Amino acid sequence: MTVAATPIEEIPLSLRGPAPTRVLVGYGFWLFLLSDIIIFGVFFAAYAVLSGETAGGPGGPQLFERGRVLIETGCLLASSFTCGMMAIAATRRARGTTFFWALVTMALGATFLSLETIEFARMAASGAVPQRSAFLSSFFTLVGTHGLHVTTGLVWLGVMIAQIATLGFSAAVQRRLLCFTLFWHALDIVWVGVFTIVYLGAH
Amino acid sequence: MDRNADISDADPHGPDRTPRDEAPGARGSGRERLNAYMTGLALSLLLTLASFWSASTSAIYGPGVPILLAVLAIAQMGVHLVFFLHISSAPDQVNNFLALAFGIFVVGLIVFGSMLIMANLNHMMVPMDRLTQMQR
Repeated sequence: MTVAATPIEEIPLSLRGPAPTRVLVGYGFWLFLLSDIIIFGVFFAAYAVLSGETAGGPGGPQLFERGRVLIETGCLLASSFTCGMMAIAATRRARGTTFFWALVTMALGATFLSLETIEFARMAASGAVPQRSAFLSSFFTLVGTHGLHVTTGLVWLGVMIAQIATLGFSAAVQRRLLCFTLFWHALDIVWVGVFTIVYLGAH
Repeated sequence: MDRNADISDADPHGPDRTPRDEAPGARGSGRERLNAYMTGLALSLLLTLASFWSASTSAIYGPGVPILLAVLAIAQMGVHLVFFLHISSAPDQVNNFLALAFGIFVVGLIVFGSMLIMANLNHMMVPMDRLTQMQR
């Protein structure tokens, strides 16, 4: 038949029939991620406007330690990579390998989160609390929201491990894993903005 | 195939592949995907180290540093989008790509719009000490 022999790229998109569920789910989750990034964009705008308003309190250069931020960034970048390794293993339906990379991703995310918590605790101990100045309010809102997202990601990853253990690599579980990897990589993109504008941009 | 060699793993319509909406390293063999992630990791580590170095060195002309940081950050975000999130301008990616473009547009509008408006407001404002005198 001539129809069957037509290469797919010569058929207009509108005539190709419904897209696979995997593509639709990926697209829907991508839209959610973009709206999430817009939320971060608003917080970035607030930080950019308020970063100089320290009200006589401590400013960025006194509070931020670049060494710690570099380690945090390394953790997040490495976890993005291990998350990709997990996705590859999940496609091969290799359960043990998937669990291994999932746990490495989790450990790296947890390391990032504990470093950030220590940083926040140290700042709060020195009197740099969100109530102190507009600069600190916008700082804790922006960086705290990112940390909250990482926490959510860790919980989600735990749920995914449990789902793989109980449900196996069903099509639904594979789609949820795809969404998780998108989420985790998007958090990394936001962190690039955070360390550039907040930590390295402090003058 | 020549065509495949050109676009390598970014081509979702390779001879043995079903039509998909994804790009570099999203499909294909585990090896190709691994390579995409390795390249992404190496590039982003390089860009991160370059950012931290340029922020703390005195070898670069001071006022130029923020611009360099912005360029490095945008480059790194691009690396993440292409190698980790597998976004591309391939024909099948039109939906994802348009959504991304709209997202960037909105974020740019919010961030630069806010900064512009607030800078203007600061400029037009009566200084605080004069304001308190006027209220007396």
